[in-house]
Amino acid sequence: MRRTVGALLRKELLVELRTLESVPGMSLFAVTTFVVFHFALQRSSVDGDLAAGILWVTLLFAAILGINRLFVADADQGGFDGFLLAPVERTALLVAKALALLAYLVALEIVAVPAFALLLLGPSLGQAMPQLLGVLALGDLGIAAIGTLVAALAVRTRARDLLGPLLALPLLVPIVIGGARATSPLLTLGHAGDPPTRWLLTLGLYDLVFGLIAYALFDFLLED
Amino acid sequence: MYGKGLRALSISTVAVMALALALVFFYAPLEAEQGFLQKIFYVHVPLAIVALCGFVAGGLFAIQHLRTRDPRWDMRSYVAIHMSLIFGVATLITGSIWAKGSWGHWWVWDEPTLVSFLIVFLLYATYQPLRFAIEDPERQARYASVFAVTAGAFVPLNFIAVRASTAYVHPRVLGATSNLPSQMALTFLVSLLGIALLFTTLCKYELTAKHTRAQLRALRRLADRRAGTAVAVAPARARSAAPSVHATAMTAHTPERPGI
Amino acid sequence: MVAAPLGELPALPLHEAGKYVAAAYIVLFALVLVYVAIMAIRSRRLERDLGELLAHEQATASQESGESQQRESTLV
Repeated sequence: MRRTVGALLRKELLVELRTLESVPGMSLFAVTTFVVFHFALQRSSVDGDLAAGILWVTLLFAAILGINRLFVADADQGGFDGFLLAPVERTALLVAKALALLAYLVALEIVAVPAFALLLLGPSLGQAMPQLLGVLALGDLGIAAIGTLVAALAVRTRARDLLGPLLALPLLVPIVIGGARATSPLLTLGHAGDPPTRWLLTLGLYDLVFGLIAYALFDFLLED
Repeated sequence: MYGKGLRALSISTVAVMALALALVFFYAPLEAEQGFLQKIFYVHVPLAIVALCGFVAGGLFAIQHLRTRDPRWDMRSYVAIHMSLIFGVATLITGSIWAKGSWGHWWVWDEPTLVSFLIVFLLYATYQPLRFAIEDPERQARYASVFAVTAGAFVPLNFIAVRASTAYVHPRVLGATSNLPSQMALTFLVSLLGIALLFTTLCKYELTAKHTRAQLRALRRLADRRAGTAVAVAPARARSAAPSVHATAMTAHTPERPGI
Repeated sequence: MVAAPLGELPALPLHEAGKYVAAAYIVLFALVLVYVAIMAIRSRRLERDLGELLAHEQATASQESGESQQRESTLV
């Protein structure tokens, strides 16, 4: 299983490196969205709840872009059929795709978080950075698990670009709740507080439950 | 036979709901803070509870469908989710009316029941578009079941998350079920039973109707086969998102003709 | 069992609160009625389709029996 996942993951990342169809788009979208927020909110700097909200919403919508594209190549070019013919566990595809999406999200955040700090964020990030990275990691795990399941569900329907986001957004709301609540104390002006453990636990629990659900259900999506 | 027991079920629904209404308006005492307006509690909260249970039941039926591949489980899952969506709309509307009466706004973010129902509603509103977007009936049922299980697990988790996010901001007023005086508690339980029976009756009714239509279709196909030609009274019905159960399980079927 | 006198309560006066309570209960009633109406329409359609099917089958059956009678008469 691990070897299959490794092979599939390498293929995913190689394809992404060569075609660059997800990550640059997601990152550019995030930066552009920050600019839009500046004009829409008519503010030059944000902090606290507002900053946490803007960051999470932008990351969420950029992630949706990545989720939309996740299985498109497989569906359009026969990748599913090829995979089904191979004598490997089908869940390996889920794990590999989820890890790939996780990698895309991390790459996105490497661009988006500094851009956010530069363009919109009032307080400086330096002290709160490790905690922020922790919260982002927890959120990313959840987005990756749910995003991969939803992407697989939506890709072989007729309105895949529409159904994907419509399915994913409500399912990702608790992650936004937990992520924003955990991030706001890190972005407050003056003294940065600690993310409340309650929300870290909520995020972790949510990630775990939906990771397990995705793992259990993925096989059923690939049967034909 | 889906229709068996439907009459007994409907009669008990009517009886219990009539009793509930009588209790609400003639027996339950007036609440100190909210007065007469609090009576909405007896219809709003049972609707919410039954809708939530219905969504979870839809997920459980979907699990059975994935395990047994029996299309009847998919049918039950579809009907449960469909009915819960309607009850969810009723929850949102009655909750909104209550909010308007209590605080003067048609919508409040402080009520976790209303907010989490809105999110759940937005999620399940994609259930039918999802089914409609998949043509192959077997795959449609399978994907719908995967969705129903995911969404069914989401419902309680979402409720907990939203409730946690509003808990320390405002005390919950609309949905408070703890510390009810016994008269109110009894009224509430009877109302809950009434709404639950209503849900079950309507679901059973829906299942019976669908099954009857499926029997008609099977009969029509038999007539086609015997005649060797298409029956003159072919239906001109739009392709439906609803799953169709076949009167004889697992027989090959002709796809529904697309609507005009 | 007797409700508290309404005049003592600080909440919305009865005639105002009554409207909201009535609205909420009416919403539930209306939704159930709409559902019954939809099911009634479906039942009518089902009845009509069954009627057509029955008529068609009866026509075919009488046609076949007419043909078999004809065949018998020509064989004689």
